[in-house]
Amino acid sequence: MLGAYLPIIFLVVIAAVFGFASLCFSSLIGQKKPSEVKLAPYECGCEPVGSARERFSVKFYIIAMLFILFDIEAVFLYPWAIIYKKLGMFGVMEMAVFIVILFVGYIYVWKKGALEWE
Amino acid sequence: MDMLQFPANIAAAAGVNFAAIMPEVILSVIAMALLLVNVFINSEQKAYLGYLSLIGIVVTFFSVVSGWGAPQSGFNNSVLQDNFSLFFKGTFLVSAFLTILITDQYLKREECNWGEIYPLILFATVGMMLMASGTDLMTIFLGLEVLSVSLYVLAGFNRANLKSNEAGLKYFLLGAFSTGFLLYGMALIYGSTGTTRVAAIASYISQNGMVLSNPMLVAGMLLMAVGFSFKIAAAPFHMWTPDVYEGAPTPMTAFMSVGPKAAGFAAFLRVFIVALPAMKADWSELLWVLAVLTMTVGNITALKQTNIKRMLAYSSIAHAGYVLVGFTAGNAVGTAGVLFYMLSYAFMNIGAFAIIVLVGRKGEENNNVSDYAGFGFKHPVLGMCMSIFLFSLAGIPPAAGFIGKFYLFSGAIQAGYVWLAIIGVLNSAASVYYYLRVMVFMYMKDPTEEFDWLAVSPSLALCLLLSVAGVLIPGIVPGTLLDLAQKAILM
Repeated sequence: MLGAYLPIIFLVVIAAVFGFASLCFSSLIGQKKPSEVKLAPYECGCEPVGSARERFSVKFYIIAMLFILFDIEAVFLYPWAIIYKKLGMFGVMEMAVFIVILFVGYIYVWKKGALEWE
Repeated sequence: MDMLQFPANIAAAAGVNFAAIMPEVILSVIAMALLLVNVFINSEQKAYLGYLSLIGIVVTFFSVVSGWGAPQSGFNNSVLQDNFSLFFKGTFLVSAFLTILITDQYLKREECNWGEIYPLILFATVGMMLMASGTDLMTIFLGLEVLSVSLYVLAGFNRANLKSNEAGLKYFLLGAFSTGFLLYGMALIYGSTGTTRVAAIASYISQNGMVLSNPMLVAGMLLMAVGFSFKIAAAPFHMWTPDVYEGAPTPMTAFMSVGPKAAGFAAFLRVFIVALPAMKADWSELLWVLAVLTMTVGNITALKQTNIKRMLAYSSIAHAGYVLVGFTAGNAVGTAGVLFYMLSYAFMNIGAFAIIVLVGRKGEENNNVSDYAGFGFKHPVLGMCMSIFLFSLAGIPPAAGFIGKFYLFSGAIQAGYVWLAIIGVLNSAASVYYYLRVMVFMYMKDPTEEFDWLAVSPSLALCLLLSVAGVLIPGIVPGTLLDLAQKAILM
């Protein structure tokens, strides 16, 4: 039974060997011309300004949480869209109920002022 | 005698059947409507939300009453609204109703009058109702999550108060941990039987007897027992209870000690009696140990408490132990006793917490037992109410607490657990000490306070009236309620 998993073991071994070997070879035979810019973390063209460990406004968390909630709504719509012809009227009504429930949450969030930045 | 069997006169077994979840649907719609109303009214009008939620609970209660005796099953047998679940739904609605009656006055006093508390209580009640009528492990789990997430917020509802924050966070962390145990147990049961329907689990086990020796099934049963024991606050899984009960807003403590405990017992009974009857010899031994530990730890620790909320927290642990005695017995008398006891416990415990709400004032909760010195003389009627609730908690006739304990322990004796009943009675005798200590302070000490800040709002008075009636009437004429409880388990 475990024999079915043999290809996966091969894949893991090959991936490990390949990764390790590439690191070894590049450090052994690669050219080395270090400069200050190259050694900086996140080499992206911009020079880092100050520490990254700052306090963030709690508004970011609220927006992120709300994004996840309403994002999941969209995720649920995809499988429904694929089979909604089979479900017929029943599927439309069920999805309408689901969206109404989410809409209640949306109005609540809106009126509470969670979407306002200032 | 077979308990909790699939009813014979069932309606619409397969597919979607909204009649099977009608109370849940009604209450959810009302809760969502309240959430919307809440954001369109100003803060002086928040009390209307309380009245609206009371109306919603009454409407739902009528739907529960009209479903009695006409079982409904739906959603491919993952929900079964039989008399058992209807009895528990009635219990949850009663506890939510009584809680909302004492909430308004407390919120105004503590200046945390946010309207969200009412929809949250209703959503928690919906979760409890789903737990009681779920016949699929996943439905039960969903109900438990709806209940728990609402309760985490309710425990930390007084967000300006550090103790309330602590209660919310502790409850969340430990609750999430115990949910993991429960879910892992369910996964192992599914892994060993190939189904999550409670009835199908039982029939799989009876057809494939060798699965009983499968350690995966035994481990699943044990992990589920741990998860449920946490929810009903049974020792040794009770560590969260005192801190959470002490820190949470007092009306929410009243709610948490009654409704979710009853919901935990409903799901616990359903899963173990219907799905795992073949392992009864194993789990009744386990419950025997849990019951003795829970009663003893709860009562002995309560003896030392000076804070009345902590004392009632340990007392609620002890009461979970008494109810586990009836569950351990596993016969009709003991199980009907569980149902009877959870309903009468709702009345006596919320009644006692209503008095605690009254005695406190802004910034000064007056939670020490010594703060009750002379209370009985200054306010004779309130003192008498408190005495009735305490007598009932101690199990002294003619209160409902006595009748409930009588049925729990006689169920244990009928099932041959004589020693368990003796330990239960001894524990009950020990508990009299700490309940009567409050009364000693109320009636035998000179008052140190004038208690002139007490103002009984009409809704609080109604709560006290209903609670006293709910304690005394089943205590004096228990026949009707006991008959309902027996019909609930033997359809």
